[in-house]
Amino acid sequence: MMKNWFKSGTPWVWLNAAAISICLIMVIGLVGLIAVRGMVHFWPVDIYQFQYQDGKGEKTIVGEWVDTVILTAAQAKEAGYPILNNADHLEQRLIKTGNRDLTGMDFRWIDAQYIKNEQTPEDLIKIERREWGNFYGRLKAVKENGKIIAEGDAAYPEVLPRIDHARYLYEQIEHLQKKEIGAINYALERLRLKQRRLELEGALDEQAKQEIAREKAEYQQSYQKFRSQIAKLNQAIMRDSLVAETGNGQTVEIPLKKVVNLTRPNAMSIGQKTAEYLRQFYAFVTEDPREANTEGGIFPAIFGTILMVMLMAVLVTPFGVIAAVYMREYASQGFITRVIRIAVNNLAGVPSIVYGVFGLGFFVYFLGGNIDELFYPEAAPAPVFGTPGLLWASLTLALLTLPVVIVSTEEGLSRIPKSVREGSLALGATKLETLWRIVLPMSSPAMMTGLILAVARAAGEVAPLMLVGVVKLAPTLPLDGNYPFLHLERKFMHLGFHIYDVGFQSPNVEAARPLVYATSLLLIMVIIGLNLFAINVRNSLRERYKALEN
Amino acid sequence: MTTSTQTHTIDINALMQKQAEPKQDDEAKQEVCIKIQNFNLFYGEKQALHGINMDIPKKKVTAYIGPSGCGKSTLLRSINRMNDLIDSVKIDGKILLDGNDIYDKSVNVADLRRRVGMVFQKPNPFPKSIYENVAYGLRIQGINDRRVLDEVVEKSLRGAALWDEVKDRLNENALGMSGGQQQRLVIARAIAIEPEVMLLDEPASALDPISTLKIEELIHELKEKYTIVIVTHNMQQAARVSDYTAFMYMGDLIEFGATNRIFTNPEKQQTEDYITGRYG
Repeated sequence: MMKNWFKSGTPWVWLNAAAISICLIMVIGLVGLIAVRGMVHFWPVDIYQFQYQDGKGEKTIVGEWVDTVILTAAQAKEAGYPILNNADHLEQRLIKTGNRDLTGMDFRWIDAQYIKNEQTPEDLIKIERREWGNFYGRLKAVKENGKIIAEGDAAYPEVLPRIDHARYLYEQIEHLQKKEIGAINYALERLRLKQRRLELEGALDEQAKQEIAREKAEYQQSYQKFRSQIAKLNQAIMRDSLVAETGNGQTVEIPLKKVVNLTRPNAMSIGQKTAEYLRQFYAFVTEDPREANTEGGIFPAIFGTILMVMLMAVLVTPFGVIAAVYMREYASQGFITRVIRIAVNNLAGVPSIVYGVFGLGFFVYFLGGNIDELFYPEAAPAPVFGTPGLLWASLTLALLTLPVVIVSTEEGLSRIPKSVREGSLALGATKLETLWRIVLPMSSPAMMTGLILAVARAAGEVAPLMLVGVVKLAPTLPLDGNYPFLHLERKFMHLGFHIYDVGFQSPNVEAARPLVYATSLLLIMVIIGLNLFAINVRNSLRERYKALEN
Repeated sequence: MTTSTQTHTIDINALMQKQAEPKQDDEAKQEVCIKIQNFNLFYGEKQALHGINMDIPKKKVTAYIGPSGCGKSTLLRSINRMNDLIDSVKIDGKILLDGNDIYDKSVNVADLRRRVGMVFQKPNPFPKSIYENVAYGLRIQGINDRRVLDEVVEKSLRGAALWDEVKDRLNENALGMSGGQQQRLVIARAIAIEPEVMLLDEPASALDPISTLKIEELIHELKEKYTIVIVTHNMQQAARVSDYTAFMYMGDLIEFGATNRIFTNPEKQQTEDYITGRYG
């Protein structure tokens, strides 16, 4: 009976099904956890007001209730927490109290047993600031040029348009500083390098000197113009400020320049919360990071990741395809070819950090150093390419993913039926013509498969990048409006490294934890996006070069 | 060696009588197109062709018959040097096309293959449109003038009796056609570059009877313009389409002569045994 059951294959089928189920559960669990934790971060939660009385007296604590931990009485005793009324457990709550400028910390643990009452009054406000994290408390008044113009209930409607105005001015200042003055600084630096180069070549005559001095003066003039504009805007932005009160009744004055956003989450309807949620998510994706990456957005990291992966794809594809074509089409299939093929396959197994070390030693120091010596003598002693940067990171990853591209391209080439090649040759095509007109187009889906695998691997790789170009905070994007637009020598930010940095290098771990999930989610989305794009291309290619069936 | 079992039931004489004209038996009168002289071919150590000598006449259909592995395809592929693609192949002897040795060092293989077209056992259209398949050979030669291409494509497709079936869908993928259509497309592709010789390597073996018939009719028409060499397993087909037949066995050319003589009155015992189905 049992024997027959085994023979029927049923248990085998069940075993297979179980294995695939476990795989599925793990994948869904992973993506689900990251998605949920990452998405929840942006939801505007209620602000609580706790009346709190422990041994040290009574106070009011205002903040977001982030987490709850329940200890059994025995555990609490062991840890040295006093337990009131012989309760059998101890509840501790993690409250994000913000106001780091006043209390020195963003979070605090409180014991639930000391809470006398908890409320969510509608007038509690949350202010996202450009410095010192969030502020939680109550809005008291709005000031213009130091004079109070609205107080109490009238303050809230008065302050919102003023915040919008201040934000508008702030963006203008940012634009002037980063774009306009940034461009002038960039141009001045190029001018300095030009002068230095002419000096080194011994071609710096009077005419050139005058030319450079004239250009410099022009730039200085427009620089002065922008400076005065900025000064005016700065004056305008300092006009307004708000007065707020913390839970403990401490009053602070916050200039609106420092305010990113002011909300009353407790007073929001579901619709308003959703709108606020989307706004927060949009800001996260499109804005620059603030405060050592613990606040603000991750746009430069997304941008850096995508740009680096695309550059890698552009570098690795032709290289890998050409290598595969030689191995499969031209090299005689003997012992040496087999050894090379095995070596290439094994390259895929080398730990990625080793590639990073190689990239640093060969690309950055050797290649980059020589490029600097040959082409950028005027910049010395400052390195141009002789320092980690986008180009070297892309090249290192291209090297890392090269085996994948070679292997899949070779496989694609070997699948092209001999009859089609012969058909082309029999029409008087040479081997090269056959390769270009028939074989390569037909194996393009296989090349895309290789590229898809390469992109998937490269987008998730962090370790080698830390050595060859990724930084915690890049002041400028590698792609901007200044000639030559794509700055391959610049350092860049990367989502994978951002996760590591925010989660484990940040001074404010509690605040950063949700950001880790949110950034991971973004990284997954970027990888999925890149892959979907590549898969789409491959499918349309496959459709075109359907394999010969009969 | 079981490929010729189908021939057991054939009445060769009846087949021969169906032919409209009796074929000339006198081979000497024919103008020679391809002259194979003492041709040996080796796959590594193994010799596949032993001292073949034959004269293939111009603008006639010559069929190679023989059991599997006898070297008929190898001999065919030697005529446009397709065997060059196999690394281990070594040859010895000469094949003269219009008096010039095709294995001479000065010969450009691509040019040779332009003069000696080939159609394979399985239809092998390129994964391109019907139009581009036919135009391929011309594009290779650098002819991209749309008017010239249009003209040649139409002429070739008409020549391969395919034009009426595909004239409205020239831009569709050739892989969407039926097997028989694909094979005629491949023939059209070959005649588009106007070769002197057409080599057909079992062109109908993968096709259904109706498609086979069409291909055979096509061969009749093509011999007006081209010298045709065909390899076939099917002895009825050899009898139907060819003017001359060569019987090969184990790498040797056993007998070569006018088709009706080979099928009605073979000189060699081996030939007779094969065509009457006694072995194979």
